[in-house]
Amino acid sequence: MQRIGVFVCWCGSNIAATVDVKAVAEAAKGQPGVVFATDYQYMCSESGQTILKDAIKEYGLTGVVICSCSPRMHEATFRKAAESAGLNPYMVEIANIREQCSWIHKDMEVATEKAIILAKAAIAKVQLNKPLVAGESEVVKRALVIGGGIAGIQTALDIAEAGYKVDIVEKQPTIGGKMAQLDKTFPTLDCAACILTPKMVDVAAHENVTIYSYSEVVDVKGFVGNFTVQIKKKPRYINENLCTGCGACTEKCPMKKQPNEFNMGFDKRGAIYIPFAQAVPKLPVIDADACLMLKNGKCGLCSKICEAHAIDYTQKEEIIEERYGAIVVATGFNQIKPTQFEEYAYNTCPDVVTSLEYERLMNAAGPTKGHLQRPSDGQRPKTIVFIQCVGSRGDSCREKSYCSKICCMYTAKHAMLTKDHYPDTDIHVFYIDIRTPGKNFDEFYRRAVEQYGVDYIKGMVGKVYEENGKVMVQGSDLIDNKQITIAADMVVLASAVEPDPSARSLGTMLTASMDTNDFFTEAHAKLRPVESPTAGVFLSGMCQGPKDIPETVSQAGAAAVKVIGLLAKDKLKNNPCVAACNQSVCNGCSQCANVCPYGAITYVEKEIRTPEVREVRRVAEVNEAVCQGCGACTVTCPSSAMDLKGFTNRQIMAEVDAICR
Amino acid sequence: MQIEENKNEEFKPCIVAFCCNWCSYAGADLAGSSRLTYPADVKIIRVPCSCRVNPLFILRAFQRGADGVIICGCHPGDCHYTTGNYYARRRMTLLFGMLDYLGIERERTRVEWVSAAEGAKFAATMSDFIDTVTKLGRNRKLRDLRCKE
Repeated sequence: MQRIGVFVCWCGSNIAATVDVKAVAEAAKGQPGVVFATDYQYMCSESGQTILKDAIKEYGLTGVVICSCSPRMHEATFRKAAESAGLNPYMVEIANIREQCSWIHKDMEVATEKAIILAKAAIAKVQLNKPLVAGESEVVKRALVIGGGIAGIQTALDIAEAGYKVDIVEKQPTIGGKMAQLDKTFPTLDCAACILTPKMVDVAAHENVTIYSYSEVVDVKGFVGNFTVQIKKKPRYINENLCTGCGACTEKCPMKKQPNEFNMGFDKRGAIYIPFAQAVPKLPVIDADACLMLKNGKCGLCSKICEAHAIDYTQKEEIIEERYGAIVVATGFNQIKPTQFEEYAYNTCPDVVTSLEYERLMNAAGPTKGHLQRPSDGQRPKTIVFIQCVGSRGDSCREKSYCSKICCMYTAKHAMLTKDHYPDTDIHVFYIDIRTPGKNFDEFYRRAVEQYGVDYIKGMVGKVYEENGKVMVQGSDLIDNKQITIAADMVVLASAVEPDPSARSLGTMLTASMDTNDFFTEAHAKLRPVESPTAGVFLSGMCQGPKDIPETVSQAGAAAVKVIGLLAKDKLKNNPCVAACNQSVCNGCSQCANVCPYGAITYVEKEIRTPEVREVRRVAEVNEAVCQGCGACTVTCPSSAMDLKGFTNRQIMAEVDAICR
Repeated sequence: MQIEENKNEEFKPCIVAFCCNWCSYAGADLAGSSRLTYPADVKIIRVPCSCRVNPLFILRAFQRGADGVIICGCHPGDCHYTTGNYYARRRMTLLFGMLDYLGIERERTRVEWVSAAEGAKFAATMSDFIDTVTKLGRNRKLRDLRCKE
């Protein structure tokens, strides 16, 4: 029989306001094996942990039940405390009476009754707990960063600076991501290229960094400390070792009518092209869908012009396999094309553009060399209307429910930059709310209003349509309470941001959880914001939720620190809650090995001695370093030889009994 | 008449929920931290994966007097262990068929996919399941088969 101690936490008033904690402790005292039960305001605090440690020593406890918040919150805390008092950490069980009781029930009597049942279930389980010892596994001292935008670059640089090898996988032909497309950045208005491109060069030149550009992750296996990843290198049709990046090939290409993605399709590029002048690696890539040579074997001009003989039409995709200790997801975002919002006439009117498109039109390195021209006729727009929250903060199926966070600031930036270049431009901004939390953000917005005289109109736009060469914007002004129509030359839509479409399949590969919008979920919203709940997977930048550049960079650094902390360890403690085979009843049928997703079960010939039999036969053996403890084998085993430590059949049935009785 | 009996003594069902650690248990936590209420009749047992739920646990629960059992796991394709929820789905389909055959209403058992981000879905699922089981009334079939201790 165990000697069990039960500790009921008040969690301030979080639990105590709806659960009678004293009654729970009192009820626990009557349970078999319970030798001590108490309640305390904050069990997780230093003094709470001291109560736990002292009780373990004083009453010689062999098992502990903490009735508190979710085990996902503080199980590790209490296990550690128990361990420091000399108890095996796996002799601690948590009864979740906060998230699954006090927070969801209003009636004290009902909640207390439920809390007592949950406590009894945990007590029944801990009766059957056995001390578990964690095995150890090696840590591969190399990190993978998926995505080469500012988030990925910063994470990789920080990891590399700490002395660890790091690989970046970027699906585009160049790193740089969305930030490379931006003109200037709020709130300081320094140019994006001036602060980003040196970082791109630094990361490419770093001895610890390898960049796989134009590549994608296609398979991930393994677990924290030891992932095996397959990277697909798409064919560029360029020999990277020979190419000098001179760009002569791009000038001679006859297929010069391809929309240039980097400039949001406002100008054209050849079938062989370098995405932009500061691309890293500065190598051209051949668009296989447009290249005459690759499509029908005729042309070959670029190959003739290339003095380095770097063009290789026969290049095939390549799969690279590499092992990593940690993976950082930095897949970033996309700005949605507001094609489904017909009221904004984005599909029909060329002078209605998204803000990222506007960014290119303003950029000195953009298609218009920084001269603002409207796409339809190349004239300079005299009146521009900006519309906020296009596709954000909505509740219909075509809109995102969240705030895209960056739009208020970049619209103020667009307005100011436009006024700087052309002070006579009329600028109107339709907004629902202005959201400018951030250092020097509100000052920035107020400058747009007070200094630059930008006309901010609180209200929403109902309709945008073309009339006599003008773009008419019909909307409501909520302050003056009237309908207004503005005859504009150009309309800029601050459309919502969304996670990059590649994130979904990557999330499945990594078994990292995502929310309903396909943003990656963090392990804890407040305390573990850069870790995925899947151990060894970390989050950096927009893939986790909308954020601006300063926030992205700080999160990137935080993710790097977590990775460094992991890679600095030589060995990792494994989860000891793994499958175990009772070989005396195993008949070697192989069913468990068939369902094991990790191949952790092997078969050995072994002499089995029991009071009834003594024979050599084939039995299952679990490789504890490989087993992840899902328990699939335990259910499939016809002779119940397989069981899962920490979640044994008897433990779960004891919980069932305690709940049902 | 079962329906009348319910009216008289306000039947409170006993429901066991098996929730996988990675998705549904976290979803239940999110329902809690979002303060989304659902009736207290359901008690959650944490398992590493929905594939850890042995059909025998469900029979055991019914035998011990549970009125309903629900198994919650990650959405298909999102299993933390890659394939566990597929095994759970197949096993439970077989078990539910068998329970049906034994005369235990199919509606007393359910498999649901709830992700860590679906706190609202968790609360709604539980409320709906409790409602269904409450309408079915007390489960006596297996309970009455028990040998008296």
